[in-house]
Amino acid sequence: MTRSRLTSCAASAALAAALTLGAASPLLAAEATPMADNPVVEARLVAISEELRCLVCQNESLAASRAELADDLRREVRKLINDGKSDAEIRDYLVARYGDFVLYRPPVKPTTWLLWFGPFVILAGAIFGLVAYLRRRSTRLAPATLSDEQKAAAQALLGTPHAPPKDNA
Amino acid sequence: MKRFLIPLGLFLVLVVFLAIGLNRDPHEVPSPLVGKPAPDFKLGVLAAPDKSFTPADMRGQVWLLNVWASWCVSCRAEHPLLVAFAKQGGLPIVGLNYKEVRGDGGIDAKKLSADDELALTRQRAGAWLSQHGNPYTLSVLDMDGRVGIDYGVYGVPETYLIDKKGVIRFKQIGPITPEALEKKILPLARQLATES
Repeated sequence: MTRSRLTSCAASAALAAALTLGAASPLLAAEATPMADNPVVEARLVAISEELRCLVCQNESLAASRAELADDLRREVRKLINDGKSDAEIRDYLVARYGDFVLYRPPVKPTTWLLWFGPFVILAGAIFGLVAYLRRRSTRLAPATLSDEQKAAAQALLGTPHAPPKDNA
Repeated sequence: MKRFLIPLGLFLVLVVFLAIGLNRDPHEVPSPLVGKPAPDFKLGVLAAPDKSFTPADMRGQVWLLNVWASWCVSCRAEHPLLVAFAKQGGLPIVGLNYKEVRGDGGIDAKKLSADDELALTRQRAGAWLSQHGNPYTLSVLDMDGRVGIDYGVYGVPETYLIDKKGVIRFKQIGPITPEALEKKILPLARQLATES
């Protein structure tokens, strides 16, 4: 079911396309969100919000999204920075409202163990399987030593690499 | 034959995972607020300009908090169901009118004064309710979406089922469907009504 705000993803994509095509358009430039006065706050805002997921356009970070909710949330984060909150406190603020989903780096806890350690478990299993297979294979294969006759025959074949092919005609 | 069983087993596991993945809606992000006390707020009431509402006013009742806006298209799909449900007197429904003016892309809210925005919010929300029916005990005005953020709103509509103690027990993301109402919301509400 499409919800009302989801359409703004498409709108923001269209706007992004329009911006790329006509970067100098004064009409669009006027709509850009004004930067806050303090560049330090802005830098922290970008650093924090790049690690957070926009809930509306889920493949975009909070820093990059042009969705309206992202605007609101950036405003909240800016306010929290100005209130002197630490990065961790700001992340907790958003997680308390929107869940771990907003974090691009999910926390390590029992429900995410499979996510964090699953790949290593699969890797360990694969290595174990490979080693077991190679061991079995090497014991099953006959020792590859040639008899003197075979060696001589091989030598004869290898020793005359430029011999003309047999004439079959 | 036996050597094919392991890849086949792995393949079936993959199919099961993919099937589960395909049937889940990535836009439905489970709310961490379920099981937590409903965030407090104090907002103006739509129909009574001099009154305000806070969730504590509903203490002792099982109620629904429904997030809506006149610009929200999906709300129109859900609204007849809410109106019918309210007529049966199922549960009190409080409307959270979310960013009525600012949420509408067609209006440049930055050019409006606070008073003008409030007046426009009341006018638009009131007109929409008289046109589509008013299922709400009352509606409150969240003009800047601050309360919405506290409730983890990331789209409209959303609906919260809140128990007698003021704890959120269920969140419906997107329009309430008849199935969601019959199978999830009503049974849970009946159970919550028996709790003290």
